[in-house]
Amino acid sequence: MLGEVVIMKGNEAMAEAAIRAGMDGYFGYPITPQSEVIEYLAREVPKRGGVLLQAESEVAAINMIYGAGGAGARVMTTSSSPGISLMQEGLSYIAGAEIPCLLANVNRAGPGLGTIQPGQCDYLQTVKGGGHGDYHLIALAPASVQEMFDFVYLGFELAEKYRNPAIILTDGALGQMMEKVELKDEKLPKPDISWASTGKGKRKERNVITSLYLQPEKMEVINHNLQKKYKEIEENEQRWETINTDDAEYLITAFGLSARIAQKAMDILREEGHKVGLFRPISVWPFPKKGLSPLLDKVKAVVDIELNAGQMIEDVELVNRGRVPVKFYGRMGGMIFSPDELVDFFKKEVL
Amino acid sequence: MKEGYELIYERPKSLIKVHNHYCPGCTHGVVHKLLAEVIDELGIENETIGVAPVGCAVLAYDYIDVDWQEAAHGRAQALATGIKRMHPDKYVFTYQGDGDLAAIGTAETVHAANRGENILVVFINNAIYGMTGGQMAPTTLEGQKTSTSPYGRVIDDMGAPVKIADMLALLPKTYYITRQTVADVKGVRAAKKALKKAFEYQKAGKGYCLVEFVANCPSNWKMTPIQSFEWTKENMFPYYPLGDVKTPEE
Repeated sequence: MLGEVVIMKGNEAMAEAAIRAGMDGYFGYPITPQSEVIEYLAREVPKRGGVLLQAESEVAAINMIYGAGGAGARVMTTSSSPGISLMQEGLSYIAGAEIPCLLANVNRAGPGLGTIQPGQCDYLQTVKGGGHGDYHLIALAPASVQEMFDFVYLGFELAEKYRNPAIILTDGALGQMMEKVELKDEKLPKPDISWASTGKGKRKERNVITSLYLQPEKMEVINHNLQKKYKEIEENEQRWETINTDDAEYLITAFGLSARIAQKAMDILREEGHKVGLFRPISVWPFPKKGLSPLLDKVKAVVDIELNAGQMIEDVELVNRGRVPVKFYGRMGGMIFSPDELVDFFKKEVL
Repeated sequence: MKEGYELIYERPKSLIKVHNHYCPGCTHGVVHKLLAEVIDELGIENETIGVAPVGCAVLAYDYIDVDWQEAAHGRAQALATGIKRMHPDKYVFTYQGDGDLAAIGTAETVHAANRGENILVVFINNAIYGMTGGQMAPTTLEGQKTSTSPYGRVIDDMGAPVKIADMLALLPKTYYITRQTVADVKGVRAAKKALKKAFEYQKAGKGYCLVEFVANCPSNWKMTPIQSFEWTKENMFPYYPLGDVKTPEE
């Protein structure tokens, strides 16, 4: 049966999904282009229950998430690029202490204060660590407002399953764009929080949430355990979408907003008789090697399309290992390519 | 208990039986013990969550038998905010030094206080960075020599020592702010009362309480423990006077 269908902004869809999924607390700081998330929650949470707090900074917000998540609550924060940079310290601690929580980066184009226009230039920061130490976030890249909604559920589920921070990597266009969304009406089950610092209660052993182990012998074991978990996530949680890849001679790789635009370019090229397919990573960490690798044995060339200087292409090349030529087309600084622009690039550089 | 003996003193149950890592003459151990005693006396060991800092007390969670979280440097009160907001019926305290609370964590401190978070902040002010080996702190006194102010703190260059307790007392939502010491027995007794009062205020939902300890650091002050207590009294007390900075209007 179809759930309730509404039209809303991507940012609002994330906020609505968080409430429906059973978020206990949100701690955040306003920043364009994602302030609708905290504004929506500020309207809804008092009516529908839960905790909402506007922090004094992104630094404080992520550490409130660390505290609340460490105390067993289902918590979320959202921000945009400069704010996400400020959260990297906290994220490293959260990953080290294995606290589940959900973030969203509504990416704007950088570097520095950059612009408030959309970009995908935080890909490497998102998937390769971002903060200090060997750790990973589970990172999901939606390409529609519907996925902005759905991935809040998926993000909480994965975060709680693996006791690991998860992040939705989206951008200012998807955050601001209004689209049809089918709402879910289910609350996620409460996770096991026997590890959390909730006060000892009836527990005999106390819980200490920490990422500090001064003895290197112990710290190495902690690292091995984290890496074992990351391997398991890589094994189980690779997600991707393929369109028109069965007979494809040329393959586009693109995530998020870029994939939406690339899909249109692919349609135009198909109409003109060119066999072009699209591979869209949904989990950008773990990168969907399993989905991409077999396709690279079948196509003549790959075109990687991103709203940055070429970041995901590094992961594409790692999977490719020189099998086929990989070309790149990108725009930066908040500029967005049109489908025609991509078609022109294809015709000039690839076909 | 042997017959004919009367128990007049015992180790608090909430103080874990391990050797601590603090230097000889350091008073972190005394403050830990007072906290453990107060937690025992109030019977709140199963409902208390501590937040440890980065600094000498980074391993405070090894010593007091409650649930804990270890914060990043300066962020303890943001963690405490997150914990308390999710568990308003639990007791939440932070334990922080001067660098943690009054330098890198100033924003988190001021805003937790300004929101009147219903937490207890235990603040150890010994005017120096202990764990990293004796560098200048925001609370280092004028003229005081440290490894990063080897010729003494110059106010025109390095700013004046921060009286953070007095700053916080100006905020309307702070409830109880007091400056204590454990440099002598009289101080220890008064300090324990202050800690207990702060937990009781928290139980009553009164809001932000801060107990500052004007403390010593014999190792980094390069003094014997006894010299360090004398130095505390002669130099620290005049600038950081003991007593209540802000008391509830009741």
